[in-house]
Amino acid sequence: MIRLIALKELRLLFASPLAWVVLAFLQGFFAWVFLSQLQSWLELQAQIAAQPGAPGVTEWVVAPLFATATIVLLMVVPLLSMRMVAEERRAQTLPFLMSSPVSITQIVLGKYLALLLFLALAVGLIVIMAFSLFAAGRLDLGLLAANALGLLLMGGSFAAVGLYLSCLTAQPLVAAVGTFAVLLGLWLINISTRDPDSLLHMLSLMRHFENFAKGIVALPDLAYYLVLIALFLFLSIRRLDGDQLRA
Amino acid sequence: MNSSNGTAEVSAEITLSAHELSRSYGGARAVDGIALELRRGEVLGLLGPNGAGKTTTMQMLTGNLAPSTGSISICGIDLLERPAAAKARLGYLPEIPPLYKELRVDEYLRLAARLHRVARGRVADALQQAKSHCGLMEMGQRLIGALSKGYQQRVGIAQAIIHAPDVVILDEPTVGLDPNQIRDIRTLIRDLSDRHSVILSTHILPEVEAVCDRVQILHRGRIVFNDRIEALRQFRGAPVLLVGFRRAPAPEEVAALPGVGGVRRGPEGMLRVERSGEADPTDVLVEAAVARGWGLTHLAPEHASLEDVFVQLTRQDAPEAMQAAA
Repeated sequence: MIRLIALKELRLLFASPLAWVVLAFLQGFFAWVFLSQLQSWLELQAQIAAQPGAPGVTEWVVAPLFATATIVLLMVVPLLSMRMVAEERRAQTLPFLMSSPVSITQIVLGKYLALLLFLALAVGLIVIMAFSLFAAGRLDLGLLAANALGLLLMGGSFAAVGLYLSCLTAQPLVAAVGTFAVLLGLWLINISTRDPDSLLHMLSLMRHFENFAKGIVALPDLAYYLVLIALFLFLSIRRLDGDQLRA
Repeated sequence: MNSSNGTAEVSAEITLSAHELSRSYGGARAVDGIALELRRGEVLGLLGPNGAGKTTTMQMLTGNLAPSTGSISICGIDLLERPAAAKARLGYLPEIPPLYKELRVDEYLRLAARLHRVARGRVADALQQAKSHCGLMEMGQRLIGALSKGYQQRVGIAQAIIHAPDVVILDEPTVGLDPNQIRDIRTLIRDLSDRHSVILSTHILPEVEAVCDRVQILHRGRIVFNDRIEALRQFRGAPVLLVGFRRAPAPEEVAALPGVGGVRRGPEGMLRVERSGEADPTDVLVEAAVARGWGLTHLAPEHASLEDVFVQLTRQDAPEAMQAAA
């Protein structure tokens, strides 16, 4: 049932030009970043190769690509998640799901799975782009995998927040703006904190990506994203459940 | 035309029953302690003015809205305790058909079938059946958003019946359709009652007469009438005669005729002639019109409108109405 709902959401996502435009934009933008990084690496390679511990091509080209991708996803995911529930409310199609023998948990998980698959596609395209470097040399696959995992978790968190915000309103645009505001808040939550042990660092979306960017997959970072995702999925289920009581 | 095919036997299996169903919004009671019972093969009309609680009732019956109090069971399965099992036996068309405009008709109906647990191998059959039933055979590849309102309504009905549910619940299925489409949909609903039991809400009385076996009238969240369709006809009372003359006599002169109970002014200078008792004043009226040279131009029975029935049902605290509701 979850799979069925995910397929339906993907079908609807790709029925609108939005998904295609987003994918095209992402791919074009990433290619541009990728090529400019590659060019600077080619120019500097001769100079830094002599130094001990010099960054390899993966560190120099791929890691910045993924770092840029996190910011781009921050802007793009709200556009993908905004319609998930808000549009169903607006078009009054929610009864179709609610009166079929599917639980609200299944509905929410199905919709989330659709977003995750879309993100996996976007991340996958970046990974394929990075693989093109094999033609010229060797890649640090561990670093690449850590970056890809980090980006997927980061995007997954964005999607969970977006899905919840979409449950709160019948206006997709309001959901998108709200999601963007919440994500930006979580992104920059520790920006003015001087104390290095502050709790706010623990809450920052950006902070937890830093380890992944260095190729370190640490449990606290993994847990942070997974807890964030679970929390907002739970809130979404609660919210839709509450609809039946409130309406 | 109504009740042509097997009005549900009293012994037929109960497919839906609801007891003591109430729902409050804030402090206001939209639905107040109503009871419903539906038997296999029966078409039940839920009738009421706007805001009477029809839609709220249907939302509760289909699991879209949690009732404040009360219980609902579909074929003996409690909707609140085992929602998935109960909903699998339900088909629901809300007031606004829940259609994904970007999908093709076939895609959408296949999705509806799979979501309602039609086995994968049976989906193609179910799709064909639902489409032929709803006159959608040619429309499979069309985008739902590109269909006319009437066809969208048919798609809405098709998604409600594709899994051959025991109970089909249709909320104002003919609203916004043209007369031909309305006739088609009514025929379709009558056909449905062969295999499914149907609850249908409307505020159009002729619609109920055309398709329903039994009627429940809701008013301010309460059931004020619950009986077979024939009883509703009696309840509407003997028709009033609407009479027009070229040279209209004084109303008193008409009122003095035997069999005439009372005379009121009607539209366009016509008179509304009420019966007195069982007597039919039609013949007397015609004879008098000819003999006295009134120049009869119009003579037709005028049934009480739904409005009148409502006024009757909600104003009088007639014991029969109360009994019927009980």
